[in-house]
Amino acid sequence: MSLWSVTLATLKKDIRLEWRSKDALNSMLFFSLLVVVIFMFSFDPLAEESRHIVGGLVWVGFLFAAVMALNQTWARELRNQVLDAYRVSPAPATALFLAKALGNFIFVSVLEALMTPLFVIFYNLRVLGPAWQLIPVAVLGTWALVVNGTFFAAISLRTRSREIMLPLLLFPISIPAVVSMVAATTSILTGEDSAHFYIVLLLTYDVVFTTACLALFEKILHAE
Amino acid sequence: MKRLFPILSAITAALLAYALYQALVVAPTDAQQGDVYRIIYYHVPSAWTAFLLFFINFIASIQYLASGKDSSRRAAKWIVIAVGVLGVVVTFLPQVKAQLVSTGMRPSAMATTVLCIPAFYFLVGWLFPGDRLDVLALTTAEVGVVFCTIVLVTGPIWAKPVWGIWWAPGDIRLTSTLVLWLIYVSYLILRRFSNSAQTQMLAAALAVFGALDVPLVYFSIWFFRTQHPQPVIGGGGSMDPRMLHTLLISWMAFLCFAFLVCWSRFRLELLHREVEAVHAMKSLVGKDRVPVGTSLPLSRRPQ
Amino acid sequence: MRESRAECTDSQPPVNSLLPVSTPAIAVTNVVKQFGRFAALRGVSAEFDAGRLHAILGDNGAGKTTFLRALAGLTQPTQGTITIFGNDPRAACRDLGYMAHPSLLYDEMSGMENLRYFAGLYGILGDHRCQEVIRAVGLDPTLTRAVGQYSQGMRQRMSLARAILHDPRVLLLDEPFSNVDVNSAREMVQLLKGMRDSGKTIFVVTHQASLLEGVVDEFIWMQAGQIVDRTASMARAGLS
Repeated sequence: MSLWSVTLATLKKDIRLEWRSKDALNSMLFFSLLVVVIFMFSFDPLAEESRHIVGGLVWVGFLFAAVMALNQTWARELRNQVLDAYRVSPAPATALFLAKALGNFIFVSVLEALMTPLFVIFYNLRVLGPAWQLIPVAVLGTWALVVNGTFFAAISLRTRSREIMLPLLLFPISIPAVVSMVAATTSILTGEDSAHFYIVLLLTYDVVFTTACLALFEKILHAE
Repeated sequence: MKRLFPILSAITAALLAYALYQALVVAPTDAQQGDVYRIIYYHVPSAWTAFLLFFINFIASIQYLASGKDSSRRAAKWIVIAVGVLGVVVTFLPQVKAQLVSTGMRPSAMATTVLCIPAFYFLVGWLFPGDRLDVLALTTAEVGVVFCTIVLVTGPIWAKPVWGIWWAPGDIRLTSTLVLWLIYVSYLILRRFSNSAQTQMLAAALAVFGALDVPLVYFSIWFFRTQHPQPVIGGGGSMDPRMLHTLLISWMAFLCFAFLVCWSRFRLELLHREVEAVHAMKSLVGKDRVPVGTSLPLSRRPQ
Repeated sequence: MRESRAECTDSQPPVNSLLPVSTPAIAVTNVVKQFGRFAALRGVSAEFDAGRLHAILGDNGAGKTTFLRALAGLTQPTQGTITIFGNDPRAACRDLGYMAHPSLLYDEMSGMENLRYFAGLYGILGDHRCQEVIRAVGLDPTLTRAVGQYSQGMRQRMSLARAILHDPRVLLLDEPFSNVDVNSAREMVQLLKGMRDSGKTIFVVTHQASLLEGVVDEFIWMQAGQIVDRTASMARAGLS
C-alpha cells in the first residue's frame, strides 16, 4: 500500500463514479457552454479590442466552470460519511488529496476542451504567437486553480455556506495565477510579447502551493 | 498594566495630534502636487502598519501550526533561523547587492528586514505562549484589515486629483495591498463561518497560504507593468527630508494607535474565551454528579 | 498544546502488541470531550480486556457515539488519553474496524467494488478477502447491484463487511441494527458472536440491547457523558 497505489485507486474510483452518474458532468458541460455564449453577447467579438481581452474572457470562463466542478469534489464522500472510513484507514491523507486534485484537473480540462473551440468559433480566434506555448499555460494554469481549489473545498467542508466559501477563499489566493494565465494567453494570442516569464511564474506558483497543500492537507482532513 | 492603558492612550492622542499638525502645517508643500499630497501622511503609515500587523499574523500562524508536535516546532525554529541567515548572506552577494543598489535600496536595510523574520518569530513565541498565539493572530488580522482599508480608500482619493484616474491596475503597491486585503477579509470570514473545533488551525493554514501568495502577486504585477507601462500612483523618487521626518512621526503615532487598539481587542478576546471556558466548565461539572477532578487547559495565569 | 496523534504506520505492527495478560487491551483515562460549551464526555475512565463483546447503552445524548468515535480516533479528546493495545487510536488504525449508522459506502458502486477499493486502502490485494467477508455477512459477492439500491439490512451488512475487511482486533459498531429487519439483525449478532469467540474485542452502541442478550459479555451504561455502570446482565433499573 503505497502513496501512488492509493492515489491511483482513488482516482480510478472517482472517474468510474463520475462516468456512471454523469449528472454533474452533463450539467457542468452545459453551464460551460452558457458561460461562453453570455460572454459572446456581452463582449462584441468583432471589435478590434476583443483580441486583447479574449485571453481574460477565456480564463474567467474557465474559472467559473472550475468553481462549479470544485464545489462537488467532496460531495460523494460527504454522503454516507465515507470520509470517516478514509480517516480511520492507514491510507495517507496526501494520497486522497492528490487523487482528488488529479480528478478535478481531468474534469476541468474536459470542460476547457469543450469551451475552447466555442471561444475560437465565436471570437474568430487566430493565434499570432507561438501556439504550442498555450499548452504549458493551460496545464499549469488549470493545475494552479485545481490544487488550491481542492484544498479550500476541504476547508469549506467545515463551514456554513459551503458553496460560497470555496470561491471566497480561492479567488484572492488565485490572483497571481489568474494574472499570469491571462497575460500569457493574451501575449500568445496577440503575438505582441513573450509569455516566458508568466509560464515560469505559473510553474513557481504551482510548485509552492502544491507543496503547501500536501504539507497541510492531513491536518485539514482530520479537523473535526 | 491597567494603569498603563490610560497613560498610553493620552500619549497616543498627543502624538496623533502632533502628527496631524506636522502633516497639515509644518510639512512643506509639494512642488508638483501642491497640498493634495498631504494625504500621504495617512496613506503610507497606514500601509506600513497594516503590513507589520499582517506580518505578525503570519508569524503567529506559522508558530500555531508548528506548535502541535515537538518535532515540527523544532523544525520550524531551524527553518526560520536558516531563512534569516541565508537571507542576510544572499543580500550581500555581489549580484544581489548591485540589483538592490540599482533600485535604490541599501543592502543593510534589506538585511535588517530579513532578520526581522527570525527576530519576530522568537519574540512572538516568547511573549504569546500557547493559545495566545491564536488570539494574537485574530487581533492582528482584524486591526490589519482596518488599516488596509484606510490605505485602499486614501489611495484613490489621492490618485484622482493628481493623476486624473482613481485606479491603475499596474500600480504594484496599491494592487498588492488590495490582494492582501482580500486575503485577510477571506481569513476573517473563514473564522466567522467555520463551525469546526479546529477553526484556529484552518485559519492559520489560510494565513500561511496568503503569505506565500503575496510575493507571487508582487512579481506578477511587476512584470505586467514592465510590459504595459502604467501610471504609478504612489509616486517614486526621493523625498524632502522634512517630509520624511513628518512621515516617520505620523507612523509612530499610527503604531501607538494600532498597539492600543490591538491591546484592547486582545484583552476582549481573552475575556470572551475565559467566559466560554467557564461555561464549558459548568457543563462539564453538571448538576447530576460530583465535579470531575479535571481542570480545563486555561493557558492564562489568573489575574 | 496537546501532542498531535501519532502517525498510523502501514508497515510495522503496533508497538506493545504482545501485552502481558494483566494489561487491559483498551484503556480510557479521564477522557473529556467538549464541543464549545457542551460537554459530550465528562471524565470517562475505564479499562477493557481483549476478546469480549461490550454493549454500550444509554439515552440519546449520553455520549455513546462520541465515545465510540473517540475510540476510533475520529474525534480527539479535549483531555485525557485513550490507548488501544498500548497505542494512540490513530496509530492503532490497523487494529480498528469502525461502522456507523451511515453506511460509509459509495451508493453508486456495487458491494464488491466498494470493498475492493477499501481493501486497497489497507494494502489488501486481490478479490479473495473481499469475497470472503461478503459471504461471511451473508451476502452474495457476485451481486452487481449498486449499494444505494440495497435494503437497509443488506446495507448494514455490507458496511459491517467493510469494517472487518482488514481483520481488525477491535470492532466499533455504532447502531448496527437500526432499521434492520429481524433476520438480518440475528445473523449479524451470530457473526459478532463468532468474532468475539475468535478473540476480537467488540463494542456495540445500540438501543436494541435485547438482540444481544446471551451473547454480550458486559453492558456499559452511559448517562450525561459518563459511564455510570457496567453490568453482566440487563437487569438494571429502568431498562425497557
